Amino acid sequence: MANRPMLEIAALEKRFGSNTILKNIDLKVAEGELVFVIGPSGSGKSTMLRCCNRLEEPTSGDIIVDGRNIMQGTSRDLDRMRLQVGMVFQGFHLYPHMSVLKNVTLAQRKALKRTKAEADARAMDMLERVGMEHKADAYPAELSGGQQQRVAIARALALDPKVMLFDEPTSALDPELVGSVLKVMKDLRAKGMTMLVVSHEMGFARETADRVVFMDGGVIVEEGTPEQIFGAPQAERTKAFLSRVSG
Amino acid sequence: MDRFLQTFFNPVVAAKYAPDIIAGIWVTLEIAAAVIIAGIGLGLLLACLRAYRIKVLNFFIICFADIFRALPPLVVILILYFGFPSIGIRLSGPMVLFIVLSLTLAAFAEEIFWAGFSSVEKGQWEAGIATGLGFSRTLVYIALPQAVRLAFPPLVNRVLAITKMTALGSPIGVSEILSSATTAQSFSGSATPLTMSVAAYLAIFVPMVIVARWLEGRTAWKKR
Amino acid sequence: MDSLLDQFFNLDVMRQSLPLLLNGLWMTLQLCCAVILLGLVGGLVVALGNMSPRRWVRWPAVVYTDLFRALPPLVLLIFIYSGLPFAGINVSPFTAVVIAFLLNNSSYYAEVYRAGLISVPKGQAEAAKATGLSKAQALIHVILPQAIRNVLPDLLSNTVEVVKLTSLASVISLSELLYSANMARSVTYNASPLVLAALIYLILLWPLVRLVSHFQRRLAA
Ligand SMILES: Nc1ncnc2c1ncn2[C@@H]1O[C@H](COP(=O)(O)OP(=O)(O)OP(=O)(O)O)[C@@H](O)[C@H]1O
Ligand SMILES: [Mg+2]
Repeated sequence: MANRPMLEIAALEKRFGSNTILKNIDLKVAEGELVFVIGPSGSGKSTMLRCCNRLEEPTSGDIIVDGRNIMQGTSRDLDRMRLQVGMVFQGFHLYPHMSVLKNVTLAQRKALKRTKAEADARAMDMLERVGMEHKADAYPAELSGGQQQRVAIARALALDPKVMLFDEPTSALDPELVGSVLKVMKDLRAKGMTMLVVSHEMGFARETADRVVFMDGGVIVEEGTPEQIFGAPQAERTKAFLSRVSG
Repeated sequence: MDRFLQTFFNPVVAAKYAPDIIAGIWVTLEIAAAVIIAGIGLGLLLACLRAYRIKVLNFFIICFADIFRALPPLVVILILYFGFPSIGIRLSGPMVLFIVLSLTLAAFAEEIFWAGFSSVEKGQWEAGIATGLGFSRTLVYIALPQAVRLAFPPLVNRVLAITKMTALGSPIGVSEILSSATTAQSFSGSATPLTMSVAAYLAIFVPMVIVARWLEGRTAWKKR
Repeated sequence: MDSLLDQFFNLDVMRQSLPLLLNGLWMTLQLCCAVILLGLVGGLVVALGNMSPRRWVRWPAVVYTDLFRALPPLVLLIFIYSGLPFAGINVSPFTAVVIAFLLNNSSYYAEVYRAGLISVPKGQAEAAKATGLSKAQALIHVILPQAIRNVLPDLLSNTVEVVKLTSLASVISLSELLYSANMARSVTYNASPLVLAALIYLILLWPLVRLVSHFQRRLAA
């Protein structure tokens, strides 16, 4: 595997008012790598992810995607660079007034300026990949949570992102629907997508993650292979957290 | 610039006509208060009557509410003021204004209260009747308070819109703020009285707008 | 009873005044078009200003909405029509009405839009941003359609109010429907033209009023 970093977070800091939420975060995700982030609630996982496409404005630090610093440039540049970073939200956020197909083609047409034919073809490819091609004409309200999340993944993939960010993609789902979404993510991983995933699905991490990062209190406490983190955590805070979640 | 100030903010003219404008403010406030009380009272009464679901009565209530929501008040004002004397009913300008604005407010208030009644849960009615209150007391003690609370913000907005319509008295010679100002303007040949009327309306209604905004904000917060 | 019919429902008088009233109706419809379109567009601009994160945009917009919601439209109209000539600016009655109602309506429409924009969940804008849509694209394709759908009844009921408001133009002698009817009344010494005008307003607006009630009932349920 090429070791070139596809996503690099360097000295990232984020404050809300006088509250420092992220302190000096450094993290590299290599091309084709799946990095899995765990940590207690409020530790700053979502904030870190949202900084990676500047949905949240970092207070300082750099975010480098495929060699280009997205902290520099005009707002037009920012829109363009956001295309290279796909994001999947806990709450799906599909557009309720558009069909599934329209959801997947909108940004392709408006931001990438693809023709309708191109966008439709690409959308159908991606929908097929997440097993949702049969619902192309349905509206989000007619879909289950798991189906909506798979469409949301297709919506992001259709823009050919270089990195995909997942913020607790299965947390809002009924347990029996979680598997379908994880399967899609596993598939993506196999196809070589670079992924940064925040989730509580430890089983999934053990199976597919290249690296696991443990965050607490706005810092990266520890990182390593799944075997290292789950098998032999070094830091006390990691041990405490893992014993709590494994119950 | 100087000429501009002289026309729109002439202190001599302002001093001369201030008593007229102030008298106009009183007329406006009196009519507004009477309209608010009569309009809301009648609207509430109609909404309560409608809750009894008597077919014939409801038909008339709905027609009344629809017509007065659809008609421009000025049309009705002119009909009452110019048409009624010829059939022997002579109403003064302020009386016409009061009647028309009250009926208009009543029509809107009825709809707003009725919407409030409709969104009171069925279970609330059933609970009241099951505990032996009977329909009328359930209406008054259980449904009404809940309906009124829901109705409050839209009602405040509507009251604001309709009390502003007291300015419609000027075409039929009611000496409220606007007509005092236009009269003064034609006597003095200065625009200052108009400026004064604008200032008077702002002084009365800006606080009401702010209260309305605050009320809306509060209920929007609760809905979340 | 006879005198009542004769005074208010005199068919002869109505027939005589009908052409004049239809002329007035035509003017009323033109006014409505101008005033509604300008109000809808102006209101959107003001609403966006109202919600701007920049203080020097937001504050003027808030003051604007509150100011023009506080002033009775007739006062605004008279101030513009009879006040501005003092400043050396002469405006035609039509222009005066359009300006006065643009100021008034845009602040009312702005409040409606604002409620709609607030009702769209934040995640929608974020999803749009995350897929690389620009702010304007997100607004046009994602936020506005949902916002407008959420406040459609209020937009409609506000539009009914705007149509009713055009009758105020009669006060400054713009020959719209009500002015024409009142002219006919003063010539015929008979109130039937006014009643006819009322009927025309009802035909125009009753369906809309019903629709508003229907929408509101559906939302409440
Ligand atoms: N917009 C904001 N303004 C102020 N504080 C914020 C804001 N967003 C997040 N925070 C704070 O930042 C901290 C980290 O939040 P974040 O959502 O990143 O945590 P998380 O690790 O994702 O937690 P969870 O597992 O509950 O999702 C929290 O203490 C939160 O209160
Ligand atoms: Mg989170």
